[in-house]
Amino acid sequence: MMNLEGLEMIAVLVVVVVFVKVLEQFGLLEAGYDDSVEDELELSAVRHRPEGLEQLEAQTRFSRKELQILYRGFKNECPSGVVNEETFKEIYSQFFPQGDASTYAHFLFNAFDTDHNGSVSFEDFVMGLSILLRGTVQEKLNWAFNLYDINKDGYITKEEMLDIIKSIYDMMGKCTYPILKEETPRQHVEIFFQKMDKNRDGVVTIDEFIDCCQNDENIMRSMQLFENVI
Amino acid sequence: MAAGVAAWLPFARAAAIGWMPVANLPMPVAPTNKNKHQDELIILNVSGRRFQTWRNTLDRYPDTLLGSSEKEFFFNEETREYFFDRDPDVFRSILNFYRTGKLHYPRYECISAYDEELAFFGIIPEIISDCCYEEYKDRKRENTERLMDDLEDNKDSKLPNMTFRETMWRAFENPHTSTMALVFYYVTGFFIAISVITNVVETVPCGSMPNQRDIPCGERYTEAFFCMDTACVMIFTVEYLMRLFAAPSRYRFMRSVMSIIDVVAILPYYIGLVMTNNEDVSGAFVTLRVFRVFRIFKFSRHSQGLRILGYTLKSCASELGFLLFSLTMAIIIFATVMFYAEKGSSSSKFTSIPASFWYTIVTMTTLGYGDMVPKTIAGKIFGSICSLSGVLVIALPVPVIVSNFSRIYHQNQRADKRRAQKKARLARMRISKSGSSTAFLHSKRNGLNQSLELTGSLEEDQQMKKTTSLLESQHHHLLHCLEKTTNHEFVDERLYEQGYLQTALQNFPSRSPSLSSEEGITGTCCSRRTKKNIQPLSATHTHSHTHNLQELSALHIQCGEQQPLNTSRSSLNLMSDESGSLNCKSSGLVTTAIISIPTPPSNNSRASPDAPPLPNPDAPPLLNPGTDVVKISAL
Repeated sequence: MMNLEGLEMIAVLVVVVVFVKVLEQFGLLEAGYDDSVEDELELSAVRHRPEGLEQLEAQTRFSRKELQILYRGFKNECPSGVVNEETFKEIYSQFFPQGDASTYAHFLFNAFDTDHNGSVSFEDFVMGLSILLRGTVQEKLNWAFNLYDINKDGYITKEEMLDIIKSIYDMMGKCTYPILKEETPRQHVEIFFQKMDKNRDGVVTIDEFIDCCQNDENIMRSMQLFENVI
Repeated sequence: MAAGVAAWLPFARAAAIGWMPVANLPMPVAPTNKNKHQDELIILNVSGRRFQTWRNTLDRYPDTLLGSSEKEFFFNEETREYFFDRDPDVFRSILNFYRTGKLHYPRYECISAYDEELAFFGIIPEIISDCCYEEYKDRKRENTERLMDDLEDNKDSKLPNMTFRETMWRAFENPHTSTMALVFYYVTGFFIAISVITNVVETVPCGSMPNQRDIPCGERYTEAFFCMDTACVMIFTVEYLMRLFAAPSRYRFMRSVMSIIDVVAILPYYIGLVMTNNEDVSGAFVTLRVFRVFRIFKFSRHSQGLRILGYTLKSCASELGFLLFSLTMAIIIFATVMFYAEKGSSSSKFTSIPASFWYTIVTMTTLGYGDMVPKTIAGKIFGSICSLSGVLVIALPVPVIVSNFSRIYHQNQRADKRRAQKKARLARMRISKSGSSTAFLHSKRNGLNQSLELTGSLEEDQQMKKTTSLLESQHHHLLHCLEKTTNHEFVDERLYEQGYLQTALQNFPSRSPSLSSEEGITGTCCSRRTKKNIQPLSATHTHSHTHNLQELSALHIQCGEQQPLNTSRSSLNLMSDESGSLNCKSSGLVTTAIISIPTPPSNNSRASPDAPPLPNPDAPPLLNPGTDVVKISAL
């Protein structure tokens, strides 16, 4: 019987480990991780085809030609037919190179992703655009309220509004004039709540919101600003 | 902003409605969409292949040709399409760039052709996408290197005025320029060999004296070896001093590797001379002799392969460094392990870790001397792992070094081959060019220009014009105007030199080239006057070209009566009163027709063959030898 000392034990261990590895290479010993292959297959299968042109024409207020142009642009950027949040953030950030648009893009994504399945398909996209560009003022305001209401409970709280306003200010970046101070978003929120929160209960409901906006000249006028974007 | 994202701008603008309720200030007015026909298909006709795309697609990159209004210059009204007379294959990649935002470089495409197309369409090559950028850069680098090589070769040609110093330096650097240089080259090579052999033989044991052990030859024939050594060192010293004198920048020369090797090779001798008297430092003296072996490196001036090897090692420095580092790491690890493994066994040679280094190195490089052998089982196991890993660690960086060497070596070979082929290539190109490049002088001979001076008959005129294209005739007219402006004429290079010689040697008051130019030739008067005086000149036309670098064709002009050649300039001005061309039989005049002004030696071999560089036409055209050909250039 051999008297294995410390180092000899290590030597033997090393040999055993090498042996096992060699067997694994030859496939005689299953290592036990063969899930990774299937995962890859799943991801690549995500494809989406929109409903027919007629249906979309009926559901939205765009003309056939406009839908064609929109779809071409959409498909060019997202060949798979859907936009996931990462891509959405990337695309939106390109328009605001100086600041960080990712937070606002996140909120925007949630606003577009009406069925909350984590991706924006062409239908979601075009419906959202239809409201924004061709909708009535009521619909637009509804949409805006939906955007601000992060948890979609029907009330805008001060915290939610603060998040939204902060994300908007984030898009400006650092180099602004006058310099962005810590309390500016908070002040902005205060102004907003003073205007909107009629009954001073600390939250803004949809009716308060719509009421107030309809009485505000500036807001009304700016809502018509992007009429002829397409 | 990436162009593809431009498609999303309407969306971003629409989403801005989300800011409106929050905003405190009024918004600015939105810009209006002026041109409504945004969405139309345009047709791009590239050499017959039609590409179609949306106008929007091209507008994505407004700082390129297709994206800006520059393409309007190429708009064809009748066919309502944009026509480009370019390569359609490359255009495919360019159009795909607009479509996808990524510019790809097709591998089968020639790099310079691709570059030209990119430059034409106003796209900078830096935006080639990552997948193809490396390939592009590699090929571009290769191409520039090749062009640099060719450029350097051109510089080798001899400039007319070089000082003695410059000639010497050129002789040193390039032994093939003159016989003296070649002799010098071989002599130094010979002496280097002698010196190295001497050093080697010095240590061989020669026959021994009967009562002593073998002594090396060096100690037996001390004077002989000393004389040899002195001779060699003197030659080397003289060579070094001459190089130092001739070098254009002495400081840079002294810092160069070769000169340091030279110095190191000859210094021991001088130090030895100084120190012979002092016996204490003879040990150091002996050490210095080792440096004499550096003389062998002087051979690298003589052998290009050695230089390439040295250059390769230099360029692979990082790989070699990595090899060394990884080896060191492995040596230390294994030496430690072996030491502790063998510590237990008795009478083990592994007395310390540094002592184990030797074992590890010998094992890893698979030498296996066998002077140190592990005895324990652990030691043997780790020893075998050590030798296996040694093979791997050494084998890994070697292919990188080999491929580097191969690349540089092949590059060199290619450069040599190109240099050898260049002369033949240039010759062939000149032959094919000769028709067009000296067409001007041809036409002078044929009396074209004469017809332009309203003295020829109309039919002649038309007949001549038939043979030259519009482009040519316009070009000739241009050259003719230049001649008139400067009051000088285009002359054959060789004839110019001959004429030059003549003015130096003989007195040709009315014949000399300089004179006739001074007379202010207007063509007719001078020609008539000199028509009568035709003097035979020394036969100068037979030697085709010696000192002139790129002459190929020999002018063989014969006339029926074998009249000697009149190479004077004035014969150029001969103009027939009767007809456009004189022929030999009628007047018995032999005139050389071609005179061109001397071309500068560094001729660009890649000059376009269609139009000769103004105002240096090349070698004289080939006349038909053997026929009674006389052409007169009439001016």
